[in-house]
Amino acid sequence: MGLTLTEKILNSKLGRVPAPGEHVVVRVDYVYMHDGTFPLALRVLREAGMESRVDASRLVLFIDHAAPAPSVAAALVHQEMRKFARTHGVRLFDVGTGISHQVMVEEGYAKPGRLIIGADSHTVTLGAMAVFATGVGSTDAAIAAATGKMWLRVPEQVRVRLHGGLPQGIMGKDVALALIGDIGSDGAIYKALEFQGDINALSIDARLTISNMSVEAGAKAGLFPVDEATAIKASKLFGRSYAVLEPDRDAEYSDEIELEMNRLEPMVAAPPSVDNTKAVTEVEGVEVDQIFIGSCTNGRFEDFAEAAKILKGRRVREGVRCIAIPASRRVFRALMETGILDVFVSAGCSVTYGTCGPCLGAHFGLLGEGEVAVSTTNRNFVGRMGHASSKVYLASPLTAAASAVEGRITDPRKYM
Amino acid sequence: MIRGRAWVLGDNISTDHIISGKYKYSKMGRLEDMVQYVFADVIPGFYEKVRPGDVIVAGRGFGYGSSREHAARLLKLVGIGAVIAKSFHRIFYRNAINSGLPVIIANEIPRVTEEGDIIEVYLEEGLVINKTKNVAEHVSPIPEPLLSILKSGGLIEYIKKFGRLPW
Repeated sequence: MGLTLTEKILNSKLGRVPAPGEHVVVRVDYVYMHDGTFPLALRVLREAGMESRVDASRLVLFIDHAAPAPSVAAALVHQEMRKFARTHGVRLFDVGTGISHQVMVEEGYAKPGRLIIGADSHTVTLGAMAVFATGVGSTDAAIAAATGKMWLRVPEQVRVRLHGGLPQGIMGKDVALALIGDIGSDGAIYKALEFQGDINALSIDARLTISNMSVEAGAKAGLFPVDEATAIKASKLFGRSYAVLEPDRDAEYSDEIELEMNRLEPMVAAPPSVDNTKAVTEVEGVEVDQIFIGSCTNGRFEDFAEAAKILKGRRVREGVRCIAIPASRRVFRALMETGILDVFVSAGCSVTYGTCGPCLGAHFGLLGEGEVAVSTTNRNFVGRMGHASSKVYLASPLTAAASAVEGRITDPRKYM
Repeated sequence: MIRGRAWVLGDNISTDHIISGKYKYSKMGRLEDMVQYVFADVIPGFYEKVRPGDVIVAGRGFGYGSSREHAARLLKLVGIGAVIAKSFHRIFYRNAINSGLPVIIANEIPRVTEEGDIIEVYLEEGLVINKTKNVAEHVSPIPEPLLSILKSGGLIEYIKKFGRLPW
């Protein structure tokens, strides 16, 4: 019997294929944390007397959640991270480098076949590069940084078959929202989703978005195979070599989900939950106060390039704020070199880089009382981006751009 | 045995509901300073009303969202004795075990329980009882290594006590 991607990766770490539901202890290739999860991890390392055991070759640190520091409290955390990195010789990506999940791919840590954990729920993003990547809390990350190991419950593996190409105006985000709407925010709890089928219709940036949001259905991991074409594309995109890793043709899955991409419409997740998905046409006309294009979900080159098609030669509606944050300095530079950044600045967007800030209500664009936002991020919980009465609609960069121009939720196909 | 009043919550209670990013990031590393913001946007006055041993009874998908371990630790810190839900999101589940906060998957108890009912939890026996409604439910026992962490009061306490990990 053939092996799934999950089984291939776990087999290479354990020397055997474990059964779903089994609890195993595995070695991890890398563990990473950021300024939101590091302080508690450091406290754990100290309280457990394990700080001196930290394995610098496996640990990567990011200052990306509240960066640059919006408060003295944040500045103190960043200071402590720099000191820790110096003391232990740990690689630290400081303010402005970018968001961890994006940088892990750009810097070549996310190589197919690796097992990587991060103290951030969106670590699943790396699954787009056939990495078994999953989010953990600070204690798990701290212990893994010191011992190189973690326990995990082997997940059931579910095949998600994607069919057809993407219609005009539809992006990876719409695929992710449609999937979560179908199976619900708890539809894949404890499971690993493996995406197959017509995946060649999806760019690497789109796959990263879909893997990123697989955790919004509760998934432990969301993996794409890396075939030869993807490996070549990724190598060109990130300037690093990527290997091929695919599941066997006769691999067996515990369940299957079908999704027809060619029949999708632009989607939104209406407040207050990610699985409250609707076609954009159902909520068209809702007035908005703020647009945010960015985050680990949709802060990539393709996201800005697509949004720019709508914003070019137009302006953000008066009275509406539009915040644009490329997910990394590398993305920022590419947008600069291609003139796309100029489109955003000319349209009246506030452009900055290197932070998760607005997505989680940390800084740069919190919402006031009753305000409404269209955001390309991954969560729209009550009060997520600011005041408890504010509302967030999640959408693709195309839908966000169209909504920025009109000042209300707008079907982007109108501009195509 | 854990015994306390029930706080009844619905489906998909997220880590943002428990401790919102805007409060967490204003305090950054200081866990103790965040206590007053637990459930701040969803249960007015929770912090003043919660009593040690109280139990949360929720629906599906409890702990949805962020990896922030603060969510589990803060529930423990305000005195919550256990969380009983129809299902848990996996990072929260791990964090709860590591923080020494008992998490129990149950179906009947969330169905029958009303706010303020008295709940008793017998972890090792895998039994939950709603004393007010006189309903008992046998639940799947927590796997042994995880139970041993819970009994120590969390992973750090376990390591301090035994000098190693339980696996």
